[in-house]
Amino acid sequence: MERIQEKLAILADAAKYDASCASSGSNRKNESKGLGNAHPGMGICHSYTADGRCVSLLKILLTNVCIYDCAYCVSRRSNDIKRAAFTVQEVVDLTINFYRRNYIEGLFLSSGIFKDPDYTMERLVRVARKLRTEHNFNGYIHLKAIPGASDELMQEAGLYADRLSVNLELPTEAGLKLLAPEKNRPAMVKPIRFLQSEIIRLEDERKVLKTVPTFMPAGQSTQVIVGAAGESDMEIMHLASRFYKQFQLKRVYYSGYVPISNDTRLPALHSQVPLMRENRLYQADWLLRFYGFEPHELLNEGHPNLDTDVDPKLSWALRNLNSFPVDINKADKMLIARVPGIGMESVRKICSARMHGQLGWDQLKQMGVQLNKARYFITCKAGALERRDLTSEQIRQQLLAQSHSKWIKAHSPQLQLF
Amino acid sequence: MTTWLYDGSFDGFLSAVFDLYWQKKTDVTIRKEQDHVKGLFENVIFMPTIMANADRVWAGLSKKLTEESLQQLFCCYLSELPGEEDHMVGFIRHVFAGGEGVTGDFGNKYVLHVAQLARKVHREKHRMEAFVRFQLTKDQIYYSLVSPDYNVLPLIARHFKERYADQYWIIYDERRRYGIYYNLDKVETIRLQFNAEYDPHYHTTGNVWAPEEELYQRLWNTYFKEANIAGRRNPRLQLQHMPRRYWKYLTEMRLG
Repeated sequence: MERIQEKLAILADAAKYDASCASSGSNRKNESKGLGNAHPGMGICHSYTADGRCVSLLKILLTNVCIYDCAYCVSRRSNDIKRAAFTVQEVVDLTINFYRRNYIEGLFLSSGIFKDPDYTMERLVRVARKLRTEHNFNGYIHLKAIPGASDELMQEAGLYADRLSVNLELPTEAGLKLLAPEKNRPAMVKPIRFLQSEIIRLEDERKVLKTVPTFMPAGQSTQVIVGAAGESDMEIMHLASRFYKQFQLKRVYYSGYVPISNDTRLPALHSQVPLMRENRLYQADWLLRFYGFEPHELLNEGHPNLDTDVDPKLSWALRNLNSFPVDINKADKMLIARVPGIGMESVRKICSARMHGQLGWDQLKQMGVQLNKARYFITCKAGALERRDLTSEQIRQQLLAQSHSKWIKAHSPQLQLF
Repeated sequence: MTTWLYDGSFDGFLSAVFDLYWQKKTDVTIRKEQDHVKGLFENVIFMPTIMANADRVWAGLSKKLTEESLQQLFCCYLSELPGEEDHMVGFIRHVFAGGEGVTGDFGNKYVLHVAQLARKVHREKHRMEAFVRFQLTKDQIYYSLVSPDYNVLPLIARHFKERYADQYWIIYDERRRYGIYYNLDKVETIRLQFNAEYDPHYHTTGNVWAPEEELYQRLWNTYFKEANIAGRRNPRLQLQHMPRRYWKYLTEMRLG
């Protein structure tokens, strides 16, 4: 009893740096009076830790024993920490019992590499197989795909898991060479490519055959560590964009590096986690996936890093004032989506409402448009609210003066004396 | 000014709406009987619920509205906000008066209000799907207490029925003093009697809960503590997602 608690403490602690927490996008119904289901729509976050991150899955390592020695990882071989490993049955019991109490949406099982990739992957697959076949479990399962494991194991993992992910670890190959010399990019891309081809193959089969097995319905994701190896935001976002396009990844996660060792190649132990930067990267990622932006519009040679003071959409708009103002009552949907302060939900409402009549400022405000930002960039029924010809620097200053962001206070590197 | 009172049920409300049209009234406010405080010169009439009339209004709305919009209107009712009936009546009038696609007319204040309030109710529904914490009793029933801001049990029943199809469970709304119980076949509405010295929140009495219950609560708390990254501490963000009013029902927050 005590031992299982100790193992859980060690193996949850070691798994928490994985940023992925999605539990949506799958489609597993509970049709057999079994346990659980996994929804295509919204995921459910069951709790929030003191750092404000959500808990939706039981995210643990099978073991923190590892043959690799990556500088940024707590579980690295050379680190002097307590080691532990779960048995397959222990992971299954924890998952089922947590799930039945509605603590979690499912399991996210990752692992250090013991012995070799196949040996490790085979155990991860065994947990998933047991949950699905012996316990009739239909909740969400996310497995880490271990680079170097055989295609047969990858294939089987895909049959049981809702999602598989391979971490790219660092955004640049140079960073990888520096901090994880035993790993290399091509070995990471290989399983991603294999799984992608399997998804496509089965989709094609589904068109002609009646019964094709479910194969990782929530797709693939990956994660990169931010701020450990001196890369620029441009390098990160271009990498993300390439992976979205090439491998149809569902998500790329950005994990601000949390200092865990005194290695001189890394930011010092007491340095701040780059939370603001991470936040801006997620905002930029959102703009790529849902707002029709191309990476080079947001980040390019002249502008290699995201602005920390203002969000990426506003930052882009200020550099492209010639695209504005946009007429709310006439403009194309995707053009309105580019206006700072207008989210996709508002875009939908605006486009629906304007078929019934011209919209004015009050109605936009009612719909949830942030007029303090948007007013510099739009016109509507009542004409311009703010038609003094301001330069982008003036707009920026005005907006910064009135913003009292919680972020700035909470994460300012500046010491507060009073 | 006239006030019509109804019995508090959704059908009661619809039935009163029927009479608004039948009697061609425009200067009537509709209120729940139990919420109503009588004004000095107010003319108050109790309107009995007539199912056939309620059904006719609902059928009329169903012809004009999508399933989703009907659900939104029902959500406004479940919000239990005082005076919400005025918005619902405004919305219904707009629907019956309007042409095609009136529910997309967000320039209209009633349409926008219904969409926005429904969203709030929906958010509370979503939170309840997240924040229910079952405790296993020794007669193998998974039991949970909640007190949502809005009356969302009718909205979450299906979610839990589909998810926990192979276990007995109860979700009990402390504030509204009723619960839903799944008996492996269907979901029923129930009322519970608590005896005075019994603490419904947690094991004060060891003979209520299954022997393994305490272990899993302890494991869950361990997990929750270890999942936190100290270097990223941000209690404000935590509170924003998980307001304090839910904490006393959350195993991981209650025991610290």
